[in-house]
Amino acid sequence: MAAPMLRWCCSGRRFAFARVGCGSCHRRGSPTGSTSNGKRGQSSVAQQPHITAQKPRKGEPEWAAVVGLEIHAQIASNSKLFSGSQVCFAAPPNSLVSFFDASLPGTLPVLNRRCVEAAVMTGLALDCHINRKSLFDRKHYFYADLPAGYQITQQRLPIAVNGSLAYSVYVGRKPSQMVTRTVRVKQIQLEQDSGKSLHDDLRSQTLIDLNRAGIGLLELVLEPDMSCGEEAATAVRELQLILQALGTSQANMAEGQLRVDANISVHRPGEPLGIRTEVKNLNSARFLAKAIDYEIQRQINELENGGEILNETRSFDFKLGCTVPMRDKEGKQDYRFMPEPNLPPLLLYDSGSLPSGADPQQVINIDQLRERLPELPRVTRQRLVQQYGMLPEHSCVLLNEVGLLEFFQNVIKETRAEPKKVTSWVLNTFLGFLKQQNLAVSEREVMCFLLSFGGASPVTPSALAELLDLLDRKAISAPAAKQVFEELWRNEGKTPAQIVAEKKLELLQDPEALEQLCRSTLEAHPDVVMDLKRGNPRAINKLIGLVRKATLGRADPTAIKEVLERQLSS
Amino acid sequence: MQVIMVSVALKQGQITPTELCQRCLSLIKKTKFLNAYITVSEEVALKQAEESEKRYKKGHSLGDLDGIPIAVKDNFSTSGIETTCASNMLKGYVPPYNATVVQKLLDQGALLMGKTNLDEFAMGSGSTDGIFGPVKNPWSYSKQYREKRKQNSHSENEDSNWLITGGSSGGSAAAVSAFTCFAALGSDTGGSTRNPAAHCGVVGLKPSYGLVSRHGLIPLVNSMDVPGILTRCVDDAATVLGVLAGHDPKDSTTIQDPVKPFTLPSLTDVSKLCIGIPKEYLTPELSSEVQSLWSKAANLFESEGAKVTEVSLPHTSYSIVCYHVLCTSEVASNMARFDGLEYGHRCDSDVSTEAMYAATRREGFNDVVRGRILSGNFFLLKENYENYFVKAQKVRRLIANDFVNVFNSGVDVLLTPTTLSEAVPYTEFIKEDNRTRSAQDDIFTQAVNMAGLPAVSVPMALSSQGLPIGLQFIGRAFCDQQLLTVAKWFEKQVQFPVIQLQELMDDCSSVFENEKLASVSLK
Repeated sequence: MAAPMLRWCCSGRRFAFARVGCGSCHRRGSPTGSTSNGKRGQSSVAQQPHITAQKPRKGEPEWAAVVGLEIHAQIASNSKLFSGSQVCFAAPPNSLVSFFDASLPGTLPVLNRRCVEAAVMTGLALDCHINRKSLFDRKHYFYADLPAGYQITQQRLPIAVNGSLAYSVYVGRKPSQMVTRTVRVKQIQLEQDSGKSLHDDLRSQTLIDLNRAGIGLLELVLEPDMSCGEEAATAVRELQLILQALGTSQANMAEGQLRVDANISVHRPGEPLGIRTEVKNLNSARFLAKAIDYEIQRQINELENGGEILNETRSFDFKLGCTVPMRDKEGKQDYRFMPEPNLPPLLLYDSGSLPSGADPQQVINIDQLRERLPELPRVTRQRLVQQYGMLPEHSCVLLNEVGLLEFFQNVIKETRAEPKKVTSWVLNTFLGFLKQQNLAVSEREVMCFLLSFGGASPVTPSALAELLDLLDRKAISAPAAKQVFEELWRNEGKTPAQIVAEKKLELLQDPEALEQLCRSTLEAHPDVVMDLKRGNPRAINKLIGLVRKATLGRADPTAIKEVLERQLSS
Repeated sequence: MQVIMVSVALKQGQITPTELCQRCLSLIKKTKFLNAYITVSEEVALKQAEESEKRYKKGHSLGDLDGIPIAVKDNFSTSGIETTCASNMLKGYVPPYNATVVQKLLDQGALLMGKTNLDEFAMGSGSTDGIFGPVKNPWSYSKQYREKRKQNSHSENEDSNWLITGGSSGGSAAAVSAFTCFAALGSDTGGSTRNPAAHCGVVGLKPSYGLVSRHGLIPLVNSMDVPGILTRCVDDAATVLGVLAGHDPKDSTTIQDPVKPFTLPSLTDVSKLCIGIPKEYLTPELSSEVQSLWSKAANLFESEGAKVTEVSLPHTSYSIVCYHVLCTSEVASNMARFDGLEYGHRCDSDVSTEAMYAATRREGFNDVVRGRILSGNFFLLKENYENYFVKAQKVRRLIANDFVNVFNSGVDVLLTPTTLSEAVPYTEFIKEDNRTRSAQDDIFTQAVNMAGLPAVSVPMALSSQGLPIGLQFIGRAFCDQQLLTVAKWFEKQVQFPVIQLQELMDDCSSVFENEKLASVSLK
């Protein structure tokens, strides 16, 4: 069983939590409509409305949408699937191309062990059956960035089959109303990536970069068990976390390491499935959710207006926020699949079937890989909940943001403050600052930049830990701590202690001084005292505020309240 | 003269690698009209000879092949030397790397004389269908053949009636047969090494699939291609195989087990041998002369005490059609890379990428290649795949099992004809199209490729016309040594005559009929 997981936001900010009525039924509505009106909240736990949809007309059943996914994850490996070329993002064009990658005649594929291991580990993490024997096939089509005229893939017998991926979505407005959904993983296959074509329309020419040609991909086929963009995006996000935890793919969508195609159809419950369309080129989870929801509504509208759905490939235009038919590549392709004759069947072993005396370099032992599996995200979340007593949704946020969990754990390691306090500071203050600071820049880049490159983060885990320690031993007040944090964020190289000293933020440690300040405040504001005595309970807060102001924020409000109450009653 | 004996002569300094190289180069020039070579790598060879000479002078040669002139079929990649596959598509293509087999020969100090002619992309059985024109069989100009022709009172112009070499490794077979090199690499997909070997009176070895690396061999049918070895005697074939055999990390279909170097024993007793004679190979098209030599060979084994037994390979008759489907399918796939983008020919049209592909491929491939691509793509279509490709694969399995059954029944080696008849004149040969010819000519050789077995064609005798006829021995998978041992015994028994080309190259008889060399090395 998977731990509950909080879905991340589809549309507005990634940091926000969204709640969408992601049931299996869809109603009529504008395809461009209200599925994406996320609003940014002050707190990281922002709210989003349900999909606002029109009520169905009486007597007609609602529409049900069916969504399946085909996901390509680039394998994190030093070299390509069948050649020794290095794998590196953003290298100069055509600088990482071996003779095989350029399909020079006479070159042959040699399977990369690391890629096979990555596929097995991914398969194990998704509870797949690992086929002890799998085969490679050639898939033929002519395209300028496919030098051999075929792609080597696993069409007949893939390396892993019949797995499942669990993810959690909210069904109601309360965080506790999360349910776990499961999408079946039909298969995982190893295949080659293609090169890249750059079309220069001005000079009407196409430039080819083969750096990507031949990089190992895991193609994961997720069965059509999802029913809206949010579910699909959440499932993809969970998969992304799993791949990253395994280290089998960096799964960075922006860099194309994770690419998603969605198959979408709508039908009335109880009736056969509708004709499906395929939406391609979805290079962010946000667009994935948007594109799917748009496409669902488009299909519903089309059918409601008496139209029909064509079995076609569409692409998502992120500027217009809609899907458009792709230029048809000369009708339907027949890929003329054929066994790859240059690669013998891929045989995998377990500890029981391992041939005796086999060269460990030449065989792969599934059991050995299973032992090496790292902690998977769902287990990490369970552990966070149990170990630190945090809410499940908080554990979700910690995992969903790149580097945030590591940041949190580093703070925890160095501070004496309560884990709950740390959670709150990391999720509200730290994350809130990140958000506010970087409105114009995409969050992912910011997060990567700030968190992955340690020193570049304005507030280091140690600084926050030190700050929380000061707070914990009541050296500063909570508001003063916020002030210190702001100073830290400016990144002037000062430690929290230095800032506290410079700004004179340390709590008034002298009880006599506080007594005096309280007394003089009471004397200076007889009207407020009167107000309080007449029975307005809120008047005490005003007095506390006045005292705090007089202490320049250096007194603890609870302590002030205590002194004031004592003085007033005496 | 055996390679091993030349090697001894080189070691003893009776001849230098440079002398040997120059004599071969001069023979290549004299036999240029045979059209055996597409590219003569004179400079490379002379430089290699110079290096070899230095090694010999220092007394540490690299091995038996050091200083030995060799030739390589022009479908093996050679670094820095044009590799054309006799096709417009690859005219001007200079590979940046050596095929593993080429590299292994060079590592042994062999001298690369040049790249030999073939049918375009090795598709053919005559060496007549390449863009550089047909290869002429050296036996057309032999004393043996000419005398017979005079006797048979043919008065027509001799030059117009030259014979084909067979193919597709005809250039390599002719190069070895005409003494322009000591050994040559061919490739063998359905008989392309054994067929021209038989027609040119040389030994043609197709090793077991997986024993020799295909890396760098421009493929015809990956699942059947094997680098072939053409030599003038069985021992030489064994010497070259010893160098080439073994695992290649660049070819995942090569065997993992290490291959030990070997020398062939001289068999004196064949009484423990069991020779199988497949009855299905006795076809109506088989010429009576070949048939009688075949039975003569069987009798020879029997008379020397071997057990000779008739065996059955019941699925043989399906081999041609099965091969056609599998071959064209893989061809369609393998040829997909020739699109004019990365290398090779590119048309002038730049209307669109698709138009460029179409024109490039139309201009680059001949009709034979285009025809096979079309058929192959038809067989691979989704609607046809089960009915053709899958069925052909099943038949292939049956054909392979035929051999397994025969060998399990106790047969050590099969003895069959290599070709239906001796070499025919070019004018005769081109009366049929390439497809018909390939289907007919591969009949005895093709099934071996489908089963991955080793086979060798050994010249047995001259026909009544004075032309060589070879017989084929087929061995168990990876029992190449045993196969060659039997072939060597047979070779010794039949004493096939040396081709007499004196008239042709009157003044260069020295190298190969070099009495001085022979006498010294025999001491």
